[in-house]
Amino acid sequence: MLYTIVKQNSYQDSVNLMLLTNKISTMEGINKVQVMMGTPANKDIFKGSGLYTEELEGAASNDMCIVVDTDSEEKIQEVLDEVDNYLNNQAIAGSKEAFETVRSWDKATKALPGANLAIISTPGQYAAEEAEKAIDRDMHVLIFSDNVTVEDERRIKEKAHDKGLLVMGPDCGTAIVSGVPLAFANVMKTGKIGVIGASGTGIQEVITQIDRLGAGISHAIGTGGRDLNDKIGAITMLDGIKALAQNSQTEVITLISKPPAKEVRDQVVQLLQSLSKPVVAIFLGEDPHNHEGNVYYANTLEETAAIAVDLVRGNEVKPNYNTLQGEVPSVELKPEQKTIKALYSGGTLGYEAATLIARGLNYDNSGAHEEGYLLSTDGFEVIDLGDDIYTQGKPHPMIDPDTRIQYFQKAAQDESTAVILFDVVLGYGSHEDMASALIPGIEKIQKEAQANGKNIYFVATVCGTDQDPQGIDDQKAKLQKAGVIIRDSNNQAVLTSLAMLDMQIEEVQKEVVAGTEVAKVDVTVSEAIERLLTEKPNVVNVGLKKFTEAITSTGGRVVQYDWRPVAGGNPRMRKILSLLK
Amino acid sequence: MYGQYKTIDEANRAVIDKVVSSSPFLVDVVPAKSVIEELNGKVILHAGPPIKWENMTSPMQGSCVGATLFEGWANDADEARKMLENGEIEFIPCHHVNAVGPMGGITSGSMPVLVVENRDGGNRAYCTMNEGIGAVLRFGAYSDDVINRLKWFRDILGPTIAKALKVKGDGLNVNVAMAKAITMGDEFHQRNIAGSLIFLKDITPYILQTDVNEKDKLDVIQFLADTDQFFLNIAMATGKVVMDTARQIQHGTVVTAMCRNGYEFGIRIAGMGDEWFTAPVNTPQGLFFTGYDQDMACPDMGDSAITETFGVGGFAMIAAPGVTRFVGAGGMDDAVTTSNEMMEICIDHNPNFSIPTWDFQGATLGIDARKVVETGIEPIINTGIAHKEAGVGQIGAGTVRAPLACFEKAIEAYAVKLGLIDPQ
Repeated sequence: MLYTIVKQNSYQDSVNLMLLTNKISTMEGINKVQVMMGTPANKDIFKGSGLYTEELEGAASNDMCIVVDTDSEEKIQEVLDEVDNYLNNQAIAGSKEAFETVRSWDKATKALPGANLAIISTPGQYAAEEAEKAIDRDMHVLIFSDNVTVEDERRIKEKAHDKGLLVMGPDCGTAIVSGVPLAFANVMKTGKIGVIGASGTGIQEVITQIDRLGAGISHAIGTGGRDLNDKIGAITMLDGIKALAQNSQTEVITLISKPPAKEVRDQVVQLLQSLSKPVVAIFLGEDPHNHEGNVYYANTLEETAAIAVDLVRGNEVKPNYNTLQGEVPSVELKPEQKTIKALYSGGTLGYEAATLIARGLNYDNSGAHEEGYLLSTDGFEVIDLGDDIYTQGKPHPMIDPDTRIQYFQKAAQDESTAVILFDVVLGYGSHEDMASALIPGIEKIQKEAQANGKNIYFVATVCGTDQDPQGIDDQKAKLQKAGVIIRDSNNQAVLTSLAMLDMQIEEVQKEVVAGTEVAKVDVTVSEAIERLLTEKPNVVNVGLKKFTEAITSTGGRVVQYDWRPVAGGNPRMRKILSLLK
Repeated sequence: MYGQYKTIDEANRAVIDKVVSSSPFLVDVVPAKSVIEELNGKVILHAGPPIKWENMTSPMQGSCVGATLFEGWANDADEARKMLENGEIEFIPCHHVNAVGPMGGITSGSMPVLVVENRDGGNRAYCTMNEGIGAVLRFGAYSDDVINRLKWFRDILGPTIAKALKVKGDGLNVNVAMAKAITMGDEFHQRNIAGSLIFLKDITPYILQTDVNEKDKLDVIQFLADTDQFFLNIAMATGKVVMDTARQIQHGTVVTAMCRNGYEFGIRIAGMGDEWFTAPVNTPQGLFFTGYDQDMACPDMGDSAITETFGVGGFAMIAAPGVTRFVGAGGMDDAVTTSNEMMEICIDHNPNFSIPTWDFQGATLGIDARKVVETGIEPIINTGIAHKEAGVGQIGAGTVRAPLACFEKAIEAYAVKLGLIDPQ
């Protein structure tokens, strides 16, 4: 039986409510539960999950809607108590914080007059508007939100560029400026490698590999996944590269991107070749055979980091860093067990896995895929569980284990599955102990497999550093204890998985050839961008409160803007407000 | 488009400048009908926007019965009730005749009213005097005790204070009293102990110089000494006279009145002049005296939200540590959060009322209806809570929010008036 409770004018961030939903769903006697704000989109989700009730009809965008499916009505009070308890305790934790909380841009800039960077994590349809407000106030912007249109992205980036400001994103999951981690970010050694990338976990993998090799980074700039699209024209990438070229703390520049549009690529490469600093570049999915002048091309994220570290140490760059490391575990498999199921929380890590597995299979993976699938052939599958289609109304797999465990089980049921490959991404914003959250699911699958007289092998890579809040050593140790085969990089995890099934990838030996002579490009950047890369940022955090922690604990200053949609999202009121300016 | 002002912001600034430059003085206490022409017939003033008898809460109806008895229009409660039901007595909002009234706000011609004059604008505003706590007319009680107290107000208290003010000569400067009291922990809605004490201190020497007999002098001084909330009604008349002066500028989106009649919450904004924008009232939440609970609470009533409109009351929660718990807030942290939150919907700080516990920032100044709609932050009002049955009186105290819909309607009407958007 469905019970509906609508708490009027009780706005909570969707992430909080999803975590709350999870918490309540573990209560005994609850069949199903969903807690969401009463927006039209969320009502559709209620319908989709079979939890829609008539009472929801009257709920407004600022009303919290709780629908519980339970057989006993007494449970409802328990649920309500738990909801109150959860929300109240969060308020208590919130009341001791070392930063001010505001509800408008005006107050935000008053509370932190030197603010020069805004992190925007509002729902996507509002992100462009808020980003523009930040730019109007002379702030750089990191847009964590996705679902921003290409047109909006272009307009915002052009506007920012004209004002000498940098826009990271949209859909920028991670960045580190002047030692301050932004959004989902790892805690890193400081060093002289400057990183710029169009993908979140691509950046995370490269910088954590740099950290593992004992070097550090000066900055990591995220551009957003579409920046090198021909409709955007690499506005952020070009400004970012120039900023790193100018930045005195940066000696080596590292660039990470999926293959860009041809004209955009030419423009970027021309800029890179005109720089006096060495550059390492990876265009994921490409298979480079040479280094060109000051630009070194890498085939994997691991190699990207390794080349950068050798360059910064003044070592000679080796022709190849992709050799399989460590022993290949011996396996006992049934004849039908031939495939790898790779279930990733990090999109770019998954993309790299798909590229490498396709190479191992000699399979042309360039065709279109079903949403969420990065590879699907002959029972080999690589799925990005962080894709929108898996995160509708559910937390991202980096903060919640449920979807992943569900797909582990699905993979285990496929008779062809020999290896389940996955990633654990650490850092601020990620789950506080993902290893422990996944282990019960893994052990259950292994036990069931053994009961059926077979083995299923789990191989994983942990993307993080020993300074991350979760601690990489602890996470690795826990997984290893549960029988998971751990490798030091995504590349090594994939190579090991392939080798366990007797597959290898031909290694490319790269030579340095002379670069094309190009005209010097003017690399001066605005004073504002220069300042962003020399001083710790003063941040206005618009949206997700959890992003404040990384900033305050690394010496950045932040003001929390508890964002809500203007006029509660009422379109007529929004119009009237814009007319009454 | 906005008269002599180029932008709404400029018009709003002009309105709040009038608030800051105001110079309110308590100058007299007089029978209401001597200054409010309308009260010379069978007319009763009430709190909030216009309301019909049948929509009044039980306490407000009780107050009307009390006023009818007090004026001698009926011999007993039943007769009074019949007259009121039959429409023999006309109802006018206090706000329409330069007045404000607490809770039910019921004011009739023979009741004495405080007269506050704004020397910066020359206009005057009126408010009845505070009756103390317990069985009182404003909460709907009309027992003999209540009626007899009103008679004593009419015959002794009012005339005595009026005489004292005559001796003083140029009136009592209310801004000065409020500036002192806010540093002593008053926010002028829930807590007025300091203001009441300052008034007692200021007025007593003049009372002693009047020709009133010794017993009456003592009774008056004793009453003022016993009545912690006496200053509330002075603060209300002050808020009214200041906001009425400011709203002579009929442009912009500054809120110039907020009031409630137990049925509807009403607001005015400068750009829309006298027009009310209403929405159903909320019921206050708070702490209750032993034996009472939330289910017994009467929906929100009273013109006292003029204090919040003026920038004190709930908006100045941080000034009044003593009542933060009483009005439901969790302590000083919550008090500062409340005042900071209200600052989000206000334009500036009022330098006249510097608040030590708020880093000496002035009280909030000028609620901008646009900001209320934009942020969804509803103005908070500190309030006493009446029992929903007439005559029981105050059963607790807490806070209540002004409904967002009032502000949405107000800015929509203003946009329509300016021809910026078609009516829907």
